[in-house]
Amino acid sequence: MTDEPLLRVSALSKFYGSRVGCDNVSFDLWPGEVLAVVGESGSGKTTLLNCLSTRLLPSSGTASYRMRDGQFRELYRMSEAERRFLMRTDWGFVHQNPADGLRMTVSAGANVGERLMAVGDRHYGKIRATAVDWLSRVEIEQDRIDDEPRAFSGGMRQRLQIARNLVTGPRLVFMDEPTGGLDVSVQARLLDLLRGLVTDLGLAAIVVTHDLAVARLLSQRMMVMKDGRVVESGLTDRVLDDPRAPYTQLLVSSILQV
Amino acid sequence: MPTPLVVSDVAKSFTMHLRDGIKLPVVAGVSFSIKASECTVLGGPSGAGKSSILKMLYGNYAVDEGQIIVRHEDGLIDLANASPRTVLAVRRQTIGYVSQFLRTVPRVSALDVVAEPLVERGEEREVARGKARALLSQLNLPERLWALPPATFSGGEQQRVNIARGFITEHPILLLDEPTASLDAANRDVVIELIAAKKAAGVALLGIFHDHDVREAVADRIIDVTAFAPGKLAA
Repeated sequence: MTDEPLLRVSALSKFYGSRVGCDNVSFDLWPGEVLAVVGESGSGKTTLLNCLSTRLLPSSGTASYRMRDGQFRELYRMSEAERRFLMRTDWGFVHQNPADGLRMTVSAGANVGERLMAVGDRHYGKIRATAVDWLSRVEIEQDRIDDEPRAFSGGMRQRLQIARNLVTGPRLVFMDEPTGGLDVSVQARLLDLLRGLVTDLGLAAIVVTHDLAVARLLSQRMMVMKDGRVVESGLTDRVLDDPRAPYTQLLVSSILQV
Repeated sequence: MPTPLVVSDVAKSFTMHLRDGIKLPVVAGVSFSIKASECTVLGGPSGAGKSSILKMLYGNYAVDEGQIIVRHEDGLIDLANASPRTVLAVRRQTIGYVSQFLRTVPRVSALDVVAEPLVERGEEREVARGKARALLSQLNLPERLWALPPATFSGGEQQRVNIARGFITEHPILLLDEPTASLDAANRDVVIELIAAKKAAGVALLGIFHDHDVREAVADRIIDVTAFAPGKLAA
């Protein structure tokens, strides 16, 4: 167990002209921690996620990441190539729409294998065996390995996207509404799967969601965002059971009971 | 034996921002300590703030004022001001909690729900499952239910899963929020035995028990929570 965070974020802001994307966000993330970022659409949570994953460059602020050699590197000072390498190996990004994270016209096996080849695996048999193993871990039948994701249901596509992201053994995974747009029963299965994988692999993850139940199930810590700012943060169960900020109270009180 | 947990001058209120910022004071001036090998019971009528106190000790409710000092890994920590990461470490190693209701997770079996806290503390999954089986059978939960997710269980069955989950670890402090509320007499006796075993093992227990017989059987000391009513301090 290390006492150093994996990611240190300090005073991160992103402005679109005069409009605020996210404003002055700071936090540390430790290995094995799942942080949920919640808020309604337009609250800045996706902007934050995109800045953290370097898909977008912030207007100001810093984020440093502890590389596998233990050294912290400033994300926004890396070269484009270095960032891309990080994204392909040590990080994962699970998009809300699987089509954004998958290659829809190559087979499921190739979708998973491609990430392995990106980290230098060349042995076809080994790549295929690993792909089969990962498809089974995300509960996709082995006989679907040569099918294209176009032929998969929404839930299967999302599970395939997760396999594609986790196959390289990343240490940090970004997720943008990973269960958005799925039926409730499919959602439950996916959440359970994600929960198991995150625990077994000791992953750190930053999960953006507007669904407080998803946040409760997946995360230990939570940040609540409104108008680009973090209005409340803390342990997930503390924030949900004893919300302090007016906006968090509004969010929590708006949950429908079943 | 050093005191495992000291609460001093803790106050808690809820501010209802959606109701024009009304402030609901819950408790004030909460001060007490608990001892190893003892079961301390929080007494008082419903609404006196017993559950709120337990939730503050577990980091589930924020604390407005005061300190909650807990002995954790050879050091002392003030839970009232600890970072989320520290609270999580305290929950993993030092403070266990049996809540009133089980929060179920879809698709996870009762056996794994019970074994999970041990696995989180680094125990082998099969060893943890072995201990979970022993506890579930001690609590008379029919074996045919063990492989099923507890969402569809009856209240009493869910509570027994919850109790097993809380008692499986060897946390030096254990908080119990009405663990026997929906149990029959035979299972209440099992919980009394489990509490006695924890005491013998040196655990400091703090609980809420509305059931008079259970309270009589387990309590070493009763703290009257009405003494911490917010009005009393001003008077």
